Amino acid sequence: MRSCRLRMEAAMNSFEYKQAKDIPEALSLARADGTTTFVAGGTNLLDLWKYNITNPSQLIDINHLTELSEIRLLEDGVLMIGAGVRNAETAYHPIVEQNYPLLSRAILAGASPQIRNMATNGGNLLQRTRCYYFYDHEVPCNKRIPGSGCPAMSGYNRMHAILGTSEHCIAVFPSDMCVALAALDAVVNVTGPEGNRSIAFADFHRLPGDTPHLDNNLKEGELITAIKVPEKGFATNYAYLKLRDRHSYAFALVSVATGLALDGNRILEARIALGGVAHKPWRSLSAEAFLKGREANAENFAGAADLILKEAKGFGHNDFKIKLAKKAIIRNGLMALKPESQLPGAQPSA
Amino acid sequence: MGIDKIVGKPISRLEGREKVTGMAKYAAEYQADNLLHGYVVSSPITKGRIIDIDITKVIDIPGVVEVISHKNRPKLAWFDLQYTDMDAPPGTVFKPLYDENILYNGQPIALIIAKDFETARYGSTQIIFKFEEQDFQTVLKDNLTRARPAKKGFATALKPPPPPPTGDFENAFENAAIKVESEFQHGTEHHNPIELFATTTIFEGNGKLTIYDKTQGTINNQLFVANLFGLRYKDVRVLAPFVGGAFGSGLRPQYQLFLCVMAALHLKRNVRVVLDRKQMFSFSHRPPAIQKLRFASDINGRITALGHEVFAETSNFEDYTEPTASWSHRLYAAPNTLFEHHLIPLDVYTPMDMRAPGGSTALHAIECTMDELSYKLKIDPLDLRLINYSDMDPSAEKPYTSKALRACYLEAAEKFGWDKRSPEPGSMARGNKLVGYGMATGIWDAFQFPARVEAMISADGKLILNNATTDIGTGTLTIMTQIAADELGLNIADVDFRYGDSKKPFSMFQGGSATTSSTGVAIVIAARALRKKLVRKAGEMKDSPFKNVAAEQVVFKGGNLLLKEDMKTFISLKEIIAFNAGRPIKTTNMGKPHVLKLRKYSLATHSASFVEVEVDKDLGVVTVTRAVTAVAAGKIINPKTARSQILGSMIWGISKTLHEETIMDARLGKYINANLGEYHIPVHADIGELEVIFTEEKDDLINEIGTKGVGEIGLVAMPAAISNAIYHATGKRINKLPIHFDELF
Repeated sequence: MRSCRLRMEAAMNSFEYKQAKDIPEALSLARADGTTTFVAGGTNLLDLWKYNITNPSQLIDINHLTELSEIRLLEDGVLMIGAGVRNAETAYHPIVEQNYPLLSRAILAGASPQIRNMATNGGNLLQRTRCYYFYDHEVPCNKRIPGSGCPAMSGYNRMHAILGTSEHCIAVFPSDMCVALAALDAVVNVTGPEGNRSIAFADFHRLPGDTPHLDNNLKEGELITAIKVPEKGFATNYAYLKLRDRHSYAFALVSVATGLALDGNRILEARIALGGVAHKPWRSLSAEAFLKGREANAENFAGAADLILKEAKGFGHNDFKIKLAKKAIIRNGLMALKPESQLPGAQPSA
Repeated sequence: MGIDKIVGKPISRLEGREKVTGMAKYAAEYQADNLLHGYVVSSPITKGRIIDIDITKVIDIPGVVEVISHKNRPKLAWFDLQYTDMDAPPGTVFKPLYDENILYNGQPIALIIAKDFETARYGSTQIIFKFEEQDFQTVLKDNLTRARPAKKGFATALKPPPPPPTGDFENAFENAAIKVESEFQHGTEHHNPIELFATTTIFEGNGKLTIYDKTQGTINNQLFVANLFGLRYKDVRVLAPFVGGAFGSGLRPQYQLFLCVMAALHLKRNVRVVLDRKQMFSFSHRPPAIQKLRFASDINGRITALGHEVFAETSNFEDYTEPTASWSHRLYAAPNTLFEHHLIPLDVYTPMDMRAPGGSTALHAIECTMDELSYKLKIDPLDLRLINYSDMDPSAEKPYTSKALRACYLEAAEKFGWDKRSPEPGSMARGNKLVGYGMATGIWDAFQFPARVEAMISADGKLILNNATTDIGTGTLTIMTQIAADELGLNIADVDFRYGDSKKPFSMFQGGSATTSSTGVAIVIAARALRKKLVRKAGEMKDSPFKNVAAEQVVFKGGNLLLKEDMKTFISLKEIIAFNAGRPIKTTNMGKPHVLKLRKYSLATHSASFVEVEVDKDLGVVTVTRAVTAVAAGKIINPKTARSQILGSMIWGISKTLHEETIMDARLGKYINANLGEYHIPVHADIGELEVIFTEEKDDLINEIGTKGVGEIGLVAMPAAISNAIYHATGKRINKLPIHFDELF
């Protein structure tokens, strides 16, 4: 005979809501005990709250922080995207469309128009996994309750990770936008009680390791202010491909962002980032180095894919992702040679 | 006669404006004084029993009024019979809060009642249960050895078990020239109408209740509530003026009705209970099924043996069956048949009718097996159907009242361009995409249930009709108005069809594509009786030219009665009512199927779907680029609402084939994607060009109006047509639905 208690993280529905007028005020209002959540678009926060996954006792509304709300080119050619700018506004911004079409494409492959109109860039970086088990507070989950176990590993794991997993967690990070930002070597500007700092995109999100409850390296009380994208936008040869169980409004099973700098058909520089395969957007510098100087063709993209996926490991239902990711990397490489072949919704080229 | 018929015209939904402007009120939107709100607490365990409940933290919450569980619930009807509803399968009806036993995950285990919804929901997080858990079985394929035949009961009449074998199937199959053996797997699906299940109970006093409920049967739920709580029928009124989709889930009273009424009676207060989206996955669903088919033919493609064995899920407390195994024999003649339907009871809630129950499951398997047979025979799939075309119903050895399936095949094939298909799988392509063509046959029952309609002419000369039916979103209000308008020669604006109320004359539940024929026929019968009464009354007037005139000699047009012989002689409806001292002239009549006459016939609608898919040659991504469905369903009352029915069904077919599945985690014993983000249904980007053809089919035998119903026939052929198109594109037969793209590269 076993006995168990109905697990419900007690969720007192009353909470304190404050509107901050600027960054200093937002930081000073925030409590240091982990009970504060900054809210902008709130698109994921609402889900998490309704499902009893999160339970902030203080909400600080940062929608009115003008410091977060602009997109502009800096003097050194770097593009600065405010953390409070909406995803849709970012994707359709003329500079983004022209200089960073890969970013624009990736954003538009995510969510729905309604959500993109609401969700902000900072929030996009902080969205949480869509693992079924994470969203069900009645079942164990190491990301929710460290040490409670991971039902996904032996359960239904079609959407789960094949790279960078740990014995504690195989959840994937669901963003599309971040896959492009990873490929573009973006930098995340944050501010907090201890001042400002910049985090390279590759270092922003974490692998699950022994701390699956931590999604990223943002410290308590820190706020994302902007995302800086280097001048090199791969606007001539780029592609974003998203493979999923329906043609829109579904998270990626595998997605690929590819940017190529070419001399004729010879690759000067390649960037390949994968989504839907790990706890963070996945890049392999050795695969990118492999492509450098080689012909841009299916054979070499396959070689790069093998390097990227060398350590890939399936958990049953998601075994297909290994083969799918390889095929997707090859196709997306070829699509990057003809960016006009890309279809709406980041579907495979015709 | 030169009278413009309204039947057959594409009239827009009469309540459309109310619906799209938010004016239409649904069950959860009725206000009442001091309304209390109930929130259901659902079991987090799959099987076992409750050993303790601690509500101390809940009752301390300001605004919480009561917590009801099995420990303190009011006394309930003792005998199972009193729990039953018109659509209950054999077994013991599930009783919410009956005792400490947990029968399935998500089972309601308490109701928290508070001054508002938020407080009640918050209360649900503060209640503490202790459970003793037991081992459970929730996965069909792991339990095939527990298969057994279904028990029989009241519901068996509408859902009969498969017929006994004919000929010598095993021998015939063994020795057949050409044979195909295949297995199909279908997952669980949940109805998920957009309107959440909800009940608002108004406690009227004197033992009277007015209940706004989401249902497909107001009288069904009235009887359920009255029986269960020991109330007089006439004291219980169930209303469902609008239904925001149901698809079969509203055919049985769901537990929020029970809990809401119980709370209202217990507290003597007005109470509302609304389920949340996750709880929409905690009751009825389409059962998962495994099907094994064995079809054989001679070398010319004539079918010689049909074998169809079904293993389907049911609960541990009721035996739900949906007719699945014997559909092939209603389409194709075969001297040797073997049909079997087995049930596998699991620790889940009882499955239930979901749009085209049984038919959509069966025809996917049947028509994919026919497709496979056609490739073995090297006969065009359409030709194979035509070779085996039967004008009569081979299973019943009776003629159909009408069957225009051949015309469906030919019209849809021509529209689609089937002749451009190259037979070899994988032989058609566009750039990176393999192109496939597939087709399949559809068949569905043409039911009619008894219904009563009250028809009256009011003082202002308008026609008022009363019937308890709901409009489940199909256009019932509009088409009933059309039928009635023609019968009395009135404009649509002069007809007022009132419905969705158990106080009104009888209607059975609204399912099985039966409502048009059921209530529609009753309207015609009542209208005819009303015409007689009106003519007789007109004849009683002073110096009336209608004296001793038979109703058949009178034409009803524009609010007037005209003599057929002399169309210049007329009298208005208003004058007749004025003569009747302003009292309405009314009649109540029953419409019912002509059982004796129809016993000699089989009754069915038919369809043919043709589908084109594109499949990415490297990545397997599937798109249904276009589909044509031709439907033969007797008379089409309203081509616009009927087309919407077929379009919705075709999209559901795409959903069933490529998207939809509730995923059961075997270890947890629960559905893990119980939300509309992860329970995938198609979005606009998944839908290509869809075309609907209504094939001419005149049926004077079936009923007074020649209708057969269009609610389900548009779905049944689509899954096989899509699967067959995918095979044609890729050479891969994926018999497990939904088909995931990663199975295709």
